[in-house]
Amino acid sequence: MIQFTEVKKTYDDGREVLKNINLEIQAGEITVLIGPSGCGKTTTMKLINRLISPTAGQIRIDGEDIAKSDPVRLRRKIGYVIQNIGLFPHMTIARNVAVVPRLLKWDRQATDRRVDELLALVGLDPAIYRNRYPAELSGGQQQRIGVIRALAADPDIILMDEPFSALDPISREQLQNELIRLQQELRKTIVFVTHDMDEAIKLGDTIVLMRDGAIVQTGKPEQILRHPANDFVKSFIGKKRMAGEQTAEELPTVDEVMVEHPATASPTRGLAEAVKMMEKRRVDSLLIVDKNNRLQGTVSIYRVLDQFGEESKTVADVMKPVEHVVQTGTSLSVALQLMSEHQLSNLAVVREDGQFVGLITRGTVVSHMAGMYASDRTGESNHVAV
Amino acid sequence: MTNESQGVMDWLRYMQDHAGYLLSLTWGHLVMVFSGLGLALVVGVPLGVLCARKEKLAPWILTAANVIQVLPSLALLALVMIVLGLGFKTIVFSLFLYSLLPIIRNTYVGLKQVDQGVNEAGIGVGMNMWQLLLRVQLPLSLPFLMAGLRLAAVIAIGVATLAPLIGGEGLGREIYAGLNMRNNLKIYAGAIPAALLAILADLLLGRLQDKLKLGRRRQAKVHT
Repeated sequence: MIQFTEVKKTYDDGREVLKNINLEIQAGEITVLIGPSGCGKTTTMKLINRLISPTAGQIRIDGEDIAKSDPVRLRRKIGYVIQNIGLFPHMTIARNVAVVPRLLKWDRQATDRRVDELLALVGLDPAIYRNRYPAELSGGQQQRIGVIRALAADPDIILMDEPFSALDPISREQLQNELIRLQQELRKTIVFVTHDMDEAIKLGDTIVLMRDGAIVQTGKPEQILRHPANDFVKSFIGKKRMAGEQTAEELPTVDEVMVEHPATASPTRGLAEAVKMMEKRRVDSLLIVDKNNRLQGTVSIYRVLDQFGEESKTVADVMKPVEHVVQTGTSLSVALQLMSEHQLSNLAVVREDGQFVGLITRGTVVSHMAGMYASDRTGESNHVAV
Repeated sequence: MTNESQGVMDWLRYMQDHAGYLLSLTWGHLVMVFSGLGLALVVGVPLGVLCARKEKLAPWILTAANVIQVLPSLALLALVMIVLGLGFKTIVFSLFLYSLLPIIRNTYVGLKQVDQGVNEAGIGVGMNMWQLLLRVQLPLSLPFLMAGLRLAAVIAIGVATLAPLIGGEGLGREIYAGLNMRNNLKIYAGAIPAALLAILADLLLGRLQDKLKLGRRRQAKVHT
């Protein structure tokens, strides 16, 4: 158990980064420190391995005041995973993982065995990866090494400082899952710093929410979600996660979703030309517009190929009339309904005067939704950074 | 046969006839350069480390080394001669002074460019200051240090040709003898090997520098 008693930290320039922290971190649990940047979460974590020393107060590990211990020896007993991975680029993977055992002067064979065991633990074949260099590994693999390096000397406590934040979403997810799996076996005391609430909820046995150098709320994820202590916690958790508050956001209009320059052709084009154009634009149909930019019809690749033998035919001869169009400014929900009702793979958008302006396809709808979801999330983290 | 090719032939014949003597001069030249560079490494690397560790000292140390560097070589030799007298140790000491700046500065820059995350990881896993320096920081700044050494070597080989002026050995002896006797062959016999030596040093150390940079990758390929 790690115990903070009235811990304060003030920098030389008078900045008060921690105001009276009292905290108990339970053994064998993942405790997530979370909060907006500058809230003191990383400082709190770095106090534990004495990378930072407190201005006042006491930190005890299993009852022992760490201020009385030798910092170098203390750090060898505490695993440490840092944000930007921090592997030693000039050392092989094996040397990187073995760095703490070597500092502790373990026997050579025991070290080698441990390295192989740990590599296997995170699904990296020792025979392949042992002698590689960090630069030859992907970001996700590198951070796996970062994690097992922290595990190498089998410490009871592991500190993780935003370890997955620099990874792509897929690797991040994988590493989170692996951490959960490892923790089920290992039952370490893990202090995990993040600014990502999803990650905190996913990994944390206990979440400690911080703001401006103070702890705002401590509790199980469920407790915090159900009973946020104040508006700050609520806003930090985000509307999305609050039960019952899911309101359908205003749907955008078709103008925002449509492709503005879809593949079009004039009615006088020959069939071979049409095939060529479809090939070039990688589409399976063309919209036929006249020279006044009015929509005449649509041809699919099947119809063109069906009649391909007849050289004199133009697209105007094989096109189908367009039965459904929407006007600019129509809500996307109307357009979507129309598309699903009539099994349309796409839907043309025309202006009031009949001029053709764009096309909605299933693809554009999906990518728009993806964009909306992503911007929603960045909006949220902006909010957090305030 | 043209005059020029006649000249080249004469020069080659001269070189052949005096090969033993010229080789001993080259050897003397190299001994001076290596001694100066060796001393500069022994003193310069720790000073570079000091600069990186104590940022407040860095401007002082670098400025002092810079002042030495901007002194014209002949003037520096003369100044050192006043203190140390004529001979080998004067030239070695001057070469040492001349090589200091590139070595101190490159050690300092090399240490400074080590990624902050890597430093923090080193401290975080429980390395003490020496372990951090020897196992992480110096190995990672080696390519920079090599660049400094390369520069210092090229300068030192050049400056060492002035050695005979203060009673030293080396290829300079042949050059000055040639100047005094108006014997072009002798001048070439000293100057061309000295120039080749500088070019060779630059090439070899450049190779080594590249190897250190790429070493991590290449080694890895050999293993797998």
